[in-house]
Amino acid sequence: MFFVVLTPREWVAAFAGYALVLTVSLAVAKVPFRRVLVGLTIEIPFVLFAVLLPFVGPPPDGVGGLSIAGLWAAWNILIKASLGVLTATLLSATTLPVDLVAGLQSLRMPTSVVAILTFFVRYVDVVADQYTRMRVAQQVRGMRSTSPRSWPVIASGLAALFVRSYERGERVHLALVSRGYDGKLPAPPAGRAHSWAIAAVLPVCAAVIFGIGLMTQW
Amino acid sequence: MVIELRGVDYTYPDGTAALRDVSLSIARDERVALLGPNGAGKTTLALHLNGVLETQEGEVRVAGRRVERSTLRDTRRQVGMVFQDPDDQLFMPTVAQDVAFGPTNFELPDVPGRVQRALDAVGMGAVAQRAPHHLSFGQRRRVAIATVLSMDPEILVLDEPSSNLDPASRRELAEVLESLDVTMLMVTHDLLFAWQLCPRSIVLSEGRIRYDGSTHELLTDAELLARFRLELPYGVILRTDDV
Repeated sequence: MFFVVLTPREWVAAFAGYALVLTVSLAVAKVPFRRVLVGLTIEIPFVLFAVLLPFVGPPPDGVGGLSIAGLWAAWNILIKASLGVLTATLLSATTLPVDLVAGLQSLRMPTSVVAILTFFVRYVDVVADQYTRMRVAQQVRGMRSTSPRSWPVIASGLAALFVRSYERGERVHLALVSRGYDGKLPAPPAGRAHSWAIAAVLPVCAAVIFGIGLMTQW
Repeated sequence: MVIELRGVDYTYPDGTAALRDVSLSIARDERVALLGPNGAGKTTLALHLNGVLETQEGEVRVAGRRVERSTLRDTRRQVGMVFQDPDDQLFMPTVAQDVAFGPTNFELPDVPGRVQRALDAVGMGAVAQRAPHHLSFGQRRRVAIATVLSMDPEILVLDEPSSNLDPASRRELAEVLESLDVTMLMVTHDLLFAWQLCPRSIVLSEGRIRYDGSTHELLTDAELLARFRLELPYGVILRTDDV
């Protein structure tokens, strides 16, 4: 993504190269097409904004009275957003949250941030389950969550969830110190050479395409 | 003696006296049940054993050494604390990482070997790479025990080990605990679990030790049970020849 963002919008061939590399990667990783499409829907607000640009941009001097500068700006937003979403989809489809956190730790992310992310990944399901049980308990006693009268109930439910999570945090801390925790989590298992090599394929391809773009200016 | 308490008092900041003049000792390889009604001070006592709560009066000794700031690290390795809710105990992304957590912190040798042996001891060797939240409650409880077994503790302190388990998981846990060659202190309300596993029981009530002796004598004496507000499940009457 670093190279995609750096690439000037006029280098159309370079963007085609990035898209090709990502498409091949998605195919190799066997990411379902439907998942890619669902991922792309997140950029709809940006698309709507980009579509407006050719109409509201500086002097309408181009095709069909549209603004050339506006067309370029719209293209810039569309292609970079799409490539970004494709990259994020590829990452989330091929990497477990646990491995993402381990990766950040290997990349020397501050230990407190890694600890917070580790606990988030571990406990998000526990808290979500608790919330679901609470909602079911509310519904079986006749609460309709669509009515504004339910808002105070939802608010107090969330407050209770916060207090329970806080208390759980304290208990987890007790369990941590009981086993010798002194502020840092153990390092994740070191990545093997071939996993580093696989991880390097995409950035290296992007760098090569960017390099060719630099030389040819397209 | 693995554990020795002499004249331990503890009062919470809100003024509640949780422990009053508690003295007891536990010898190597003993399995002891700590019984008593809710609020009797059982968990407070357990938290003194590994120094999470500091004594205000009296002293706690683990393997002959007094628990104080300078010995805290050793104490925590020697006292394996298993909490009631396994979700509080299992905080790492995978089972193996969680079992390795203690040995890594204490810089113990052969961490992978320890992890494997601890998981095998509780019959959970096959789930090492699974995420804790994908296990059943009974499996999580057993993994929680493995997380402290991997530190080779002198004593295992278990808080309500049989709570919320279905009968089969409860039996499996009892078999696992019975197979372990380690001193054990078990905080429990489950009198039949204590009957099955712990020859000795200590009853705590309002922060004081009210009984320290044979579990069988305690649970077959209706008068004693009533005095300490302990009750067997409906319909159960234990006799000394049930042993």
